[in-house]
Amino acid sequence: MQFDSFSAFIDMGGYGFYVWLSYGVSVAALALLIFTSISSHKKIKQQILQRQKREEKLRQAAKLQQAQTRAEISSHS
Amino acid sequence: MMWKWLHPYANPETSYHFAGKILPWCTRLAFAFLTIGITWALLFAPADYQQGDTFRIFYLHVPAAMLSMGIYLGMAIAALSSLVWQLKLADASAAAMAPIGATFTFIALVTGAAWGKPMWGTWWIWDARLTSELILLFLYLGVIALHNAFEDKSLAGKAAGILALVGVINLPIIKYSVEWWNTLHQGATVSKLGQPSMSADMFWPFLVCFIGFSFLVTALICLRFRSEVLQRNSMRPWVRSLITNEEKAHAV
Repeated sequence: MQFDSFSAFIDMGGYGFYVWLSYGVSVAALALLIFTSISSHKKIKQQILQRQKREEKLRQAAKLQQAQTRAEISSHS
Repeated sequence: MMWKWLHPYANPETSYHFAGKILPWCTRLAFAFLTIGITWALLFAPADYQQGDTFRIFYLHVPAAMLSMGIYLGMAIAALSSLVWQLKLADASAAAMAPIGATFTFIALVTGAAWGKPMWGTWWIWDARLTSELILLFLYLGVIALHNAFEDKSLAGKAAGILALVGVINLPIIKYSVEWWNTLHQGATVSKLGQPSMSADMFWPFLVCFIGFSFLVTALICLRFRSEVLQRNSMRPWVRSLITNEEKAHAV
């Protein structure tokens, strides 16, 4: 252990501001990178899922319409 | 011969699952190494006899700077294999690496400035080492912008790849800038093989930090690579069934 007390650790031999600025900015930048990487991964999955659901809905609607027209045609004849 | 070995990894589904398998291990190793390394660097490593406790910035600055160049080299190799052999996955990995490299370049620049102010008396100086590292950041930003500039991902990959390859010229300039030009920046300390110019009680925490950051980079590349692969293959049956299955697993 290089420091006798917590205040000496914070002070960093008088260079506390520069040392903690470096560590603070680095941690913040890495945290932001990790957070955006995870959230964009989730967002992409969400988008693919939503598109799939939309396609499924369209397919169902088309099927329903086809069935209706078929029923109309058969009732006319 | 190399092709046979590489063949399964040219398959997006295999690569997606492979990246997913190594991702948790890299995350754990990164966490372990960085916890030990940063504690060692901040609490137990000795202060430098000239630079005092500002030397603790070294344990962030040097790994970040080395990785900023290493990631660029990896990205350029990926870009080259994409342009020459039309490997679509190489584009995805190059796109995955760019934001990570940019972040590490940013960290190298900020920690360098915060170290330069107390030691040289200035936050910034337009000398060869600092300017070429700043150019590296702009190259990364250019590559990111080009990857996002086109709806067509293979066109975007081509444009970004050409910029990445042209920018490789900057790497030797960064590396040798401290020898070719007069600069405030000190020369290499850790990469001088065979003639260590650093004491062991400073070198070991550095090495632990460097390994930790390398694992973090690998984990982040895996994560972002998986996103890129999903985005580029979103219409493929394997992606569709994968997403549906995950949705079902969540709903239960």
